[in-house]
Amino acid sequence: MKRRSFVSALAVAASIAAIGTSSTSFAQQKTVKVGILHSLSGTMAISETVLKDTVLMAIDEINAKGGVMGAKIEPVVVDPASNWPLFAEKARQLLTQDKVAVVFGCWTSVSRKSVLPVFEELNGLLFYPVQYEGEEISKNVFYTGAAPNQQAIPAVEYLMSKDGGAAKRWVLLGTDYVYPRTTNKILRAFLKSKGVADADIMEEYTPFGHSDYQTIIAKIKKFSAEGKKTAVVSTINGDSNVPFYKELGNQGLKATDVPVVAFSVGEEELRGVDTKPLVGHLAAWNYFMSIKAPANDAFTKKWGSYAKTKNIAGHKEKPLTNDPMEATYIGMYMWKQAVEKAKSFDVDKVRVAMAGQTFTAPSGITSTMDAKNHHLHNAVFIGEVKADGQFNVVWKTKGPVKAQPWSPFIPGNDKKKDEPALMADKKS
Amino acid sequence: MRSGKTRAALAALFTCLSFSSWALDRAQLEKLASDDNDEKIAAIAALVAEGDPKAADVLRQAAEGEIELDGKKVEIVVNNRVRGRIAEALSVLKLLSSNSSERLEAAKALAGGADEAMLPLILKAKEKETDAEIKALLEMTAAGTQIKSEDKATRLAAIRTLGESANPNAKALLVEAAGDADAEVKSEARRSLGAVEARLVWGEWLGLAFAGVSLGSILLLAALGLAITYGLMGVINMAHGELIMIGAYTTYVVQNFFRGTGFFDWYLLAAVPASFVAAALAGMALERSVIRWLYGRPLETLLATWGISLVLIQAVRTLFGAQNVQVENPAFMSGGIQVLSNVVLPWSRVWIIVFAGLVLFLVYFLLTRTRLGLYIRGVTQNRDMAACVGVPTARIDTWAFGLGSGIAGLAGCALSQLGNVGPDLGQGYIVDSFLVVVFGGVGQLAGTVYAALTLGFANKLLESWSGAVLAKIALLVFIIIFIQRRPQGLFALKGRALEA
Repeated sequence: MKRRSFVSALAVAASIAAIGTSSTSFAQQKTVKVGILHSLSGTMAISETVLKDTVLMAIDEINAKGGVMGAKIEPVVVDPASNWPLFAEKARQLLTQDKVAVVFGCWTSVSRKSVLPVFEELNGLLFYPVQYEGEEISKNVFYTGAAPNQQAIPAVEYLMSKDGGAAKRWVLLGTDYVYPRTTNKILRAFLKSKGVADADIMEEYTPFGHSDYQTIIAKIKKFSAEGKKTAVVSTINGDSNVPFYKELGNQGLKATDVPVVAFSVGEEELRGVDTKPLVGHLAAWNYFMSIKAPANDAFTKKWGSYAKTKNIAGHKEKPLTNDPMEATYIGMYMWKQAVEKAKSFDVDKVRVAMAGQTFTAPSGITSTMDAKNHHLHNAVFIGEVKADGQFNVVWKTKGPVKAQPWSPFIPGNDKKKDEPALMADKKS
Repeated sequence: MRSGKTRAALAALFTCLSFSSWALDRAQLEKLASDDNDEKIAAIAALVAEGDPKAADVLRQAAEGEIELDGKKVEIVVNNRVRGRIAEALSVLKLLSSNSSERLEAAKALAGGADEAMLPLILKAKEKETDAEIKALLEMTAAGTQIKSEDKATRLAAIRTLGESANPNAKALLVEAAGDADAEVKSEARRSLGAVEARLVWGEWLGLAFAGVSLGSILLLAALGLAITYGLMGVINMAHGELIMIGAYTTYVVQNFFRGTGFFDWYLLAAVPASFVAAALAGMALERSVIRWLYGRPLETLLATWGISLVLIQAVRTLFGAQNVQVENPAFMSGGIQVLSNVVLPWSRVWIIVFAGLVLFLVYFLLTRTRLGLYIRGVTQNRDMAACVGVPTARIDTWAFGLGSGIAGLAGCALSQLGNVGPDLGQGYIVDSFLVVVFGGVGQLAGTVYAALTLGFANKLLESWSGAVLAKIALLVFIIIFIQRRPQGLFALKGRALEA
């Protein structure tokens, strides 16, 4: 008896569920899949995990307001695990199996270079949210981070200025891969154009995940004692930054003596590092959490409450935002606007509609997608580390700066076109 | 809250206004709050020149980014340049203190030379100074400023004074002076520079030696456990790195336990035994469940323990998440000790060297002076004979493996203070650990010690010479060649027990 009633109850429940699903599938609007390709483990997880959450937050927000063109966004999250060939595999999976309309992903340039052929072959669409070395315009990628002239060059110019300490000698320190090597090539050419001799430039590289920075810091100390004011330009990426800054603080290398400006260190990377001995070291970005702007207040507040409801480790107690998160957020909304303008999810149509899109960015300016070169016009900020791990903006550009993906400091670039080569051009 | 604070501050301001005959120049304060950094720096110099004791308070506030102007808080942007000048000004003001240790501290802070505007004050302080050490330091500071003087005689005198220095800043100043247009100044600067460099070179070597010892101590900690499990017992344990990781994560858990209790600075005292016990238990469980069935079958042991290492990594990923966890240094592990003007030894590394020495001593004591150690040595040297005289060999195996694993846990605890703690932590150390044990000679504790220190030194020497990437490659090539020439390692165990 009991058993039978249980069975019938189950049947009723099942039929209700069936009606429920069928009715929702009737009422359900279309969905559109969006891929998220960020390392959630390995050496880059320290930087990239939070970008996945930023995309998810933006998707939640857009879905709550009715989605894109009436379609709900369905995120597809994969973990390429800081493994560069795996990035390409996962990208292929997203484009061919999941058939996503767009992918948000990558941090390191080596991962972007790894997925680039896949996106070009399958005509996918990638939004890349991190500052990088330039030297690339793909028709399948939109770059919402900074090009060298929107980060590296202004930062070095600042350190050369009187206010930046009038540095005359330079240590270019980086992780050993394409982004630091190319950036340092550009910086070396730039410094030479400013009359800095080769003897006054020291270049040093460490492997990914390097954790013993004793000798490097000793070398920097020695180099700085060999002449005029020295500054360090750090393109160290990933979790190596934690031991680097710990050693820097412990060895007492003060920012007033030898300032270190970093291009891949933001609020998130400094979490858990004692920043009191690091006060005054610099970072250059297109956004800092400490920027005072209404759009930024709204952004940080949204992130704080999202982190709390989603129980994101670390951020639920101490929410932090940073530049790549902001760039991800801008990218997501620009894509939405472009889709709505194109009235289609088709990659080629969205690409055309992306040109000239604008968005009120959390950095307080109106970011504009360039009409041709797939890069954002962004303001540049230089910040000094404060004792609480935030940045104090000490210099900024007057307004948005147009990106120069082909740096004029690399020979031969003056002949390159400031727009992506289309397939037809490539074949000819 | 804030208004209360402001009021209190206001009251304080009024009292100091009424009690002191000095009043801070309002015009200077306004300049300090201006947007132009040149103005700010001029204001700082002016405030100090007045010699007002209140100036120190204002400057300290300014360094924090906020000063009080007409009872209102004004935010000011302080960048490195301004902050440096403020720190300098505060030191100069401290020179007026009656406390000689405070003056000494200030003089040391100023050792690298100061802004020209501060020179008269420094000279005045030097004249008044009675303490010889402080006076000598101030002479250096003055010389560091006077070296840029227009007057040739002053410049020469300053160069001679700086020649007595052992400060890296003096070297930088002299390098600059060596490019002077005047031939006499130039040659004098060269001579002084040579003297300073000769002194600094000691510091550089000392720093390099310390870096080598520090890396050696880390390698030793990582390899010591393996020297027991692999070296003595002959188990190729590919999960050794993961036992290190377990120790590091245990430290993290203990740290979280202590957070907010007020005893946070002492969490390591609990974390050290906890990480030993956690890793030892994990190791013993591993031995009992898997490895004991595989004794004498090295290939199977290798594969099985490698599989276990993957399982452990994934387990930690599931438990703690794939991201690194943050282990904060307690206060006594932060900062460093200045031993020479160009050598700062970080406390964290100093303590880890001490810790490694302590662990080494305990292991040595345990193996040579206790019954358990006797049994372990007996079993590893001749299992059958040990069993004949009544040693419970199976149980001793478990204990020995637990000991080796526990030491790996201690290594994890130490490593958590220097690097990142993540699921992949162990992967970075497993190769290094095997290198050390094989290089040192399997079955030898002393060999492990020498090998760890040798590899530490060699790595740091090469790194300072060729960069981190090349150093790693060169070291591996060296070890390959060494092992080919001398497969038994640095120290070979001589004895009948060792077959092969």
